[in-house]
Amino acid sequence: MEARRLKSLAFVILGWGTALAIFFPIFWMGLTAFKTEQQAYAPGLLFPPTLDSFREVFARSNYLAFALNSIYLSVGSTLICFALAIPAAYRMAFFPTKRTQSTLVWMLSTKMMPSVGVLLPVYLLSRDLGMLDNIWGLIAISALMNLPIAVWMTYTYFCEIPAPILEAARVDGAGILTEIRHVLAPMALPGIASTALLLIILSWNEAFWSINLTSAKAAPLTVFIAAYSSPEGLFWAKLSAASLLAVAPIMAMGWLAQKQLVSGLTFGAVK
Amino acid sequence: MIVPLGMTIYFSFIRYILVNPDAKGFVGLDNYRFLWKDPSFVPAVLNTVVLIGSVLAITLVLGTLMAVLYGRGFPGRNVALLLVIAPFFVMPTVSALVWKNMIMHPVYGLLARGFALIGQPPVDWFGAHPMMSIIIILSWEWFPFAFLVLYTSLKSLDQEQTEAAVIDGANSVQLFLRIIIPHLKRAMGVVIMIETIFLLSIFAEIHITTSGGPGTATTNIAYLVYSLGLQQFDVGIGSAGGILAVVVANVAALFLLRITAKSLRGDG
Repeated sequence: MEARRLKSLAFVILGWGTALAIFFPIFWMGLTAFKTEQQAYAPGLLFPPTLDSFREVFARSNYLAFALNSIYLSVGSTLICFALAIPAAYRMAFFPTKRTQSTLVWMLSTKMMPSVGVLLPVYLLSRDLGMLDNIWGLIAISALMNLPIAVWMTYTYFCEIPAPILEAARVDGAGILTEIRHVLAPMALPGIASTALLLIILSWNEAFWSINLTSAKAAPLTVFIAAYSSPEGLFWAKLSAASLLAVAPIMAMGWLAQKQLVSGLTFGAVK
Repeated sequence: MIVPLGMTIYFSFIRYILVNPDAKGFVGLDNYRFLWKDPSFVPAVLNTVVLIGSVLAITLVLGTLMAVLYGRGFPGRNVALLLVIAPFFVMPTVSALVWKNMIMHPVYGLLARGFALIGQPPVDWFGAHPMMSIIIILSWEWFPFAFLVLYTSLKSLDQEQTEAAVIDGANSVQLFLRIIIPHLKRAMGVVIMIETIFLLSIFAEIHITTSGGPGTATTNIAYLVYSLGLQQFDVGIGSAGGILAVVVANVAALFLLRITAKSLRGDG
């Protein structure tokens, strides 16, 4: 009995110890955000918390503009994804043809290409279309990158809805819009919501395209934070404050979407 | 994304220098030849391999051990789980800068302070071990993904099978090697493939910590394509590098497609 209790105590310590160790950099960043710049360079745990760094970040830079760009980017690209993915998935889930499966696999296969393979053409196309440092250009790229995931996940959720229910609605005289609004939407909503969370997280944190395609006007938070890589003077507290604001909302979403994360990121290969 | 890919392939066969619009024309495989002769090419390929290999090894080993630990369960596991997966949601630029400055800084960083406490000289992480530093940061970012996939897969392990094995006298090591590892094989394959595809394009972390240096110490294929194409303005040679990355990714992807196609057909 004694050995057993000792063993489960060891598991608690091991489990929580690793969790805290892994989380520590984030914790430290959150802590530093409330320090003054001088305190930030000392390893102290106890200090009078201050909001100075946050004030400084807002005063020195147009933080809100960058945050707005991030919001436009993530929400905009997610909306575009759904506008394209829902009709496509609807068609494929309820009126499948011989080619549906290969179309789906083909769509997924585009996701297997590393972004760097298309960096130069996308950059040059954006330049020629006047889309460099333009939030719409970035939204379009982000939507294209995430579209396969959106179609795939929406399709999976639609497939879980029994077709006879939809047929019954149609027999009762429901048009396609009524069918979608009153039958399909309520049933698919939880799935679509979690897909949306995943897409927002992915586009919010995307740094490859935002660093390469934007500089100032359309730059989202990823690029704003990157500017701290060429620092002037003491900057750790400000870096932490800006980072905390940029990371916190998306981490909350990530925690909410945790259950769907795996099937979304592995295209259903692991559930 | 197929159109730009086609353009990359096309660019990789022509002479296309942004600052010299007169130089044009079909050059066949010349771009690939130049790329091969570029002094940073071989290091970039080696760095890419070292980077992906190390991150994969670290995240898979730690991820498997953690998945088993969390699969067994302990009080407060679900809360601890949230802490473990948190790094995955931190944007790459933030993780790179927080690690580079607040943790790995050779004087004020936490690691330097910790080393001082035990009487060791501090390590100049990015100066002396640039590649290792980047591998550490990337492993921290990608470990939660590997863990979460393996943990999810582990939950679908048939309990009766484990119990039967225990009744037959299997000890924990045998249980781990004969039942858990075979069960996780598929999930591990998925982790390897998805991480490979993402790690091939790793750019932000390198760009803002080392800019590929010192020298070519941390230049990977993605960074080489960026610097050839957008810093030296040679689209042709840069595109050849891009195609190289795509080919590597496709090899990894073939396997994943086979798995997903299988789960589409029914058993998923």
